[in-house]
Amino acid sequence: MDNTETPVVPEQADKKPGLISRMFITLAEVYSFIARFFKEAFLPPFEGKELLRQCYEIGYRSALLISTTGFITGVVFTKQSRPSLAEFGATSWLPSLVGIALLRTLAPLLTGLIAAGKVGSSIGAELGSMRVTEQIDAMEVSATNPFKFLVATRVLAATITIPILSFYTGMIGMLGALLNVAMFEETSAKLFFQASLDQITFLDITASTVKAIVFGFTIGIVGCYQGYNSSKGTEGVGKAANSAVVISMFLIFIEEVISVQFFGLFRS
Amino acid sequence: MKSRPITDPNLEKVIEIKGLTKSFGNFHVLRGVDLNLYRGENLVVLGKSGTGKSVLIKIIIGLLKPDNGLVRVLGNTVDEISYKELLALRLDVGFSFQNSALYDSMTVRENLEFPLVRNRKGITKAEVNHAVESTLDAVGLLQAINQMPSELSGGQRKRIGIARTLILQPKIMLYDEPTAGLDPITCLEINSLINEVQERYKTSSIIITHDLTCARAVGNRVAMLLDGKFERQGSFDEVFDTNDERVKPFYDYNFIK
Repeated sequence: MDNTETPVVPEQADKKPGLISRMFITLAEVYSFIARFFKEAFLPPFEGKELLRQCYEIGYRSALLISTTGFITGVVFTKQSRPSLAEFGATSWLPSLVGIALLRTLAPLLTGLIAAGKVGSSIGAELGSMRVTEQIDAMEVSATNPFKFLVATRVLAATITIPILSFYTGMIGMLGALLNVAMFEETSAKLFFQASLDQITFLDITASTVKAIVFGFTIGIVGCYQGYNSSKGTEGVGKAANSAVVISMFLIFIEEVISVQFFGLFRS
Repeated sequence: MKSRPITDPNLEKVIEIKGLTKSFGNFHVLRGVDLNLYRGENLVVLGKSGTGKSVLIKIIIGLLKPDNGLVRVLGNTVDEISYKELLALRLDVGFSFQNSALYDSMTVRENLEFPLVRNRKGITKAEVNHAVESTLDAVGLLQAINQMPSELSGGQRKRIGIARTLILQPKIMLYDEPTAGLDPITCLEINSLINEVQERYKTSSIIITHDLTCARAVGNRVAMLLDGKFERQGSFDEVFDTNDERVKPFYDYNFIK
């Protein structure tokens, strides 16, 4: 019989970190999570098949919801803008106004917010559920890098598909606007698109695309961070999904404000 | 009772643990654990719930970091090797989770294919199919190959979980509560499977449990975790031949109703 005797660890009074310390700890963890994403996403081996699957899940499966929202926004925005322009006899400017509003701001912002709700919550809940049921640990112990397989692919897929969805939302929104214009004015589709796209510059397209890329990255990274680090059973899964949406939306609004200021510098 | 003798201590140590400590906040779970696993043996680790049995094997596989102490697996010091080396080491160490941890969005076939296609570069589709089918056959669940985990019973999920680790043909198996939550007949089947794995795949195993029937059926050696240390190690009978009030209730509850 083996009887082993080793010194007992002395009792230590562990102190819980305060609010400020916790905030800095969380910031450091997020920084480390983002740094790891860049390391894992761009170094081989690549999870190409899973990346394509995630692009399909995030992009294609969100298309219907985003189409509907974009179309309704186009119709409603045009309808609500007409009376104000009519007061100044400027209804002919309606296509330009709609084009600028949709393509510069509304399309990426709407796509970001809708995707934060649909994609962010889905990623948070899925990874959270995998964490609490030890599926992520199971990947670890079977010599698969779960960060590369689960996180890198989802963040990349969101970063790739959200700009595409944003462009698509803009086009669908324009169709909605065209429908409304066609119902109330004698403007042809050709004239409508000519008038609206004439005012769109290369800078507008660049700004809109950059914003959508940033929104996509934010949604992916926040959803993955919340899900990957969730705990406390089913309660943790719910919290991960909820936090993924709330934090993503909050960050998207902040990013929108910053980007408007930033790209404004190039317009003046 | 398992008839095979206790392993010869001169055999090669596949796992060597010295002075291992691990705490969670003020809760000191492991307080200086010393333990060896010898090649070819089944070592059963017993202990009350919450005494750190699962923590111990999660440290061995590198899922948790120890506070202090040495953990050497197949000659590698687990907390000193790089992540890449750790992944390579994990190919030789199978881990069967208490709740099976099957990927619930994949079929049984995909669950088994997942570790294989990622870790055996250049493997052909025919080789993958053969490996999946023969491993499922070994655990007696070939018929479940196209089922989803949600369609399986608890015992079947355990078997598939074990099959998923066996497909990489590990040298060491770590079983976390393999019979927890199962009916007595399924427990006997799982015990037989653990012994079959030892015979067929020549694995060395650590089996975490508080089921003494399982311990007696599968263990060549038993180690009992008491107050964060292995104070009693030996054969099943040696460990329970005591009046220690921390040990006796274990035996009495299982065998004297």
